[in-house]
Amino acid sequence: MSKRVAITGNEAVAQAMRQINPDVVAAYPITPQTEIVQIFSSFVADGDVDTEFVTVESEHSAMSATIGASAAGARAMTATSSQGLALMWEVLYVAAGLRLPIVAPVVNRALSAPINIHCDHSDTMGARDSGWVQLYSENAQEAYDNLIQAVRIAEHADVQLPIMVTMDGFIVSHGMENAELLDDEVVRGFIGQRTPKHWLLDVDSPATFGALDFADWYFEHRRQLADAQTYVKGVVLEVAKEFAKISGRDYDLFEAYRLDDADFAVVVLNSAAGTAKAVVDDLRKQGVKAGLLKIRLFRPFPHEEMVAALAGKKAIAVLDRADGLSTMGGPVFVDVRSAMYDAPGPKMVNYIYGLGGRDVDTEQIAGVYWDLARIAETGKITSPVTYLGVRE
Amino acid sequence: MANLRELTKKDELLCGGHRACAGCAAPIIVRQALKAVDTPVVVGCATGCLEVTTTIYPFTSWRVPFIHNAFENSAATVSGVEAAYRALKKKGKITRDIQFIAFGGDGGTYDIGFQSLSGAMERGHDMVYICYDNEAYMNTGIQRSSATPKGASTTTSPAGKVIPGKVQFRKDLTAVMAAHKIPYVAQAVPSYWNDFITKVQKALAVEGPAFINVLAPCRLGWQFDPAETIDIMRGAAETCFWPLYEVEKGVWKVTHKPREKKPVRGWLEKQGRFRHLFRPENEHIIEEIQADIDRNWEALLARSGAA
Repeated sequence: MSKRVAITGNEAVAQAMRQINPDVVAAYPITPQTEIVQIFSSFVADGDVDTEFVTVESEHSAMSATIGASAAGARAMTATSSQGLALMWEVLYVAAGLRLPIVAPVVNRALSAPINIHCDHSDTMGARDSGWVQLYSENAQEAYDNLIQAVRIAEHADVQLPIMVTMDGFIVSHGMENAELLDDEVVRGFIGQRTPKHWLLDVDSPATFGALDFADWYFEHRRQLADAQTYVKGVVLEVAKEFAKISGRDYDLFEAYRLDDADFAVVVLNSAAGTAKAVVDDLRKQGVKAGLLKIRLFRPFPHEEMVAALAGKKAIAVLDRADGLSTMGGPVFVDVRSAMYDAPGPKMVNYIYGLGGRDVDTEQIAGVYWDLARIAETGKITSPVTYLGVRE
Repeated sequence: MANLRELTKKDELLCGGHRACAGCAAPIIVRQALKAVDTPVVVGCATGCLEVTTTIYPFTSWRVPFIHNAFENSAATVSGVEAAYRALKKKGKITRDIQFIAFGGDGGTYDIGFQSLSGAMERGHDMVYICYDNEAYMNTGIQRSSATPKGASTTTSPAGKVIPGKVQFRKDLTAVMAAHKIPYVAQAVPSYWNDFITKVQKALAVEGPAFINVLAPCRLGWQFDPAETIDIMRGAAETCFWPLYEVEKGVWKVTHKPREKKPVRGWLEKQGRFRHLFRPENEHIIEEIQADIDRNWEALLARSGAA
């Protein structure tokens, strides 16, 4: 029987990892992910999991060992945040290039400098072109559900890609929420066993992993990696449908909240979506047709579905919790605007918010909707990129 | 102890046709090391000459399962493979005994991969790490590493008008690994094949991590006739520039004591990388190198109780 519990995001993720019972976990502590590693260590120490836990000396080695374990044929996981993910950067690309179905929770935290331990998305945004699938989670429940679904998505024969499941540092990782945990046996039945086609420990059919490609093959292998991304969307939806059967909870590529008839749309990731939904409800009461699109699958980017959902809106604001530093907006804005180029054109603006854990409140998000109303009315954009809630 | 007749009957697990230079020591080291294995073996390798010359897609020289991940993480990668082996064996998905060997050059071992190596050894993974030490970053074109000996000219420590090659003495990595107190550490050269293969056998036999540092002359970087590789390696041992020894469960033992310890001068003379040392103004460096060798050799003998 599933049970409803009061739980933090980190605890929920650790519980999901216990239920997944990976063959190998190689991880290194970093705030705000540390609790996941600590809680999981106690599962190992108490014999609650069969996992070989490799207590590596850095995140680079965490990802390297996870790659080794996954190539060996094991179901392998790690977890990290911020600088840790940045240190893994080199080998993230190796994991994707070797088509290893690694699953890794990432607790979003700002990147240095200045050093900061609180939430923004600059860490996972920095990994967005690595070939990893990225699933974003609004709260502890979604982080838990996404992590379990990620195992199935990653290991699907058409996908064979690593997946990171994100949640907001402290806001979700350390915030106590209500969540429903599935029964251990239900999770184990849902994820099944990993059955790799080629695995390093299959000593009777020796294979070389990580060979050198010159110009005669590299391009084809990268093209295959790009091709794999096109199957992700379908598999995400297929797995979501099955997950709904065991959980009663529905998942899609993104969540469209009161979006269908909306004039003004905000696009956002993770916990700020919760705040924005409250604003939407409030504005709707005032007769303002506000709507929200919360991205769940950010990589690969579900552009066709998103365009269909956003086409015909009067104005759209994309909220980025990371700055692209390109002077043309944050990474989510750049992608959404690019996707919308061929759609009949709503005006689009970008707001960079919440860097380094800066709180974003309902008043600020309501202000964004009022900006959109003004843009729709005048047809004029005065500030394409706005820094929300910063001392200028 | 290896038996030559028996060894010749064993399969070649690194097949010919790889792209290593004529006279390269690395494939000789790999072939000898793999002759020591009696169970299935899985090999990991750092980015470097050995990796690029043996795995050019769609070909591979490896008749055993092989994984290359990146430059600095051969040890971490194999530690993950070994952890997977333990997990899958526990679950009955693997029934056979498998051995694990990680290879890395001196760049991937002494320098950029040092942390990864140290971590893997401390964690106690049951694996053998073999460094093929060609004393510089040969794959990128002969740049100095912390394994490059004093006085050697490399492309980033060139013998110039005011600086005569590498200024520093090399890092004593074998001793550093012995300080990790792992069950087995050794230093070897393939010219003494029996000594080397026996060391690999011992390294594989111990439970837990083992480290073997093998000198691997690079005919391009060291500048010698490719036909002389085996002699150059032998000379390194005979001069005690590269003493052959092992540290088994903390006990140091010299495994080959040259009948007559030859002066290093003659050995240096055979290698183009030391050519500039024979100019009168640089002769003192040869003396410093000799003094360093003598000091280290005496210390090794004392540690081994053989002084």
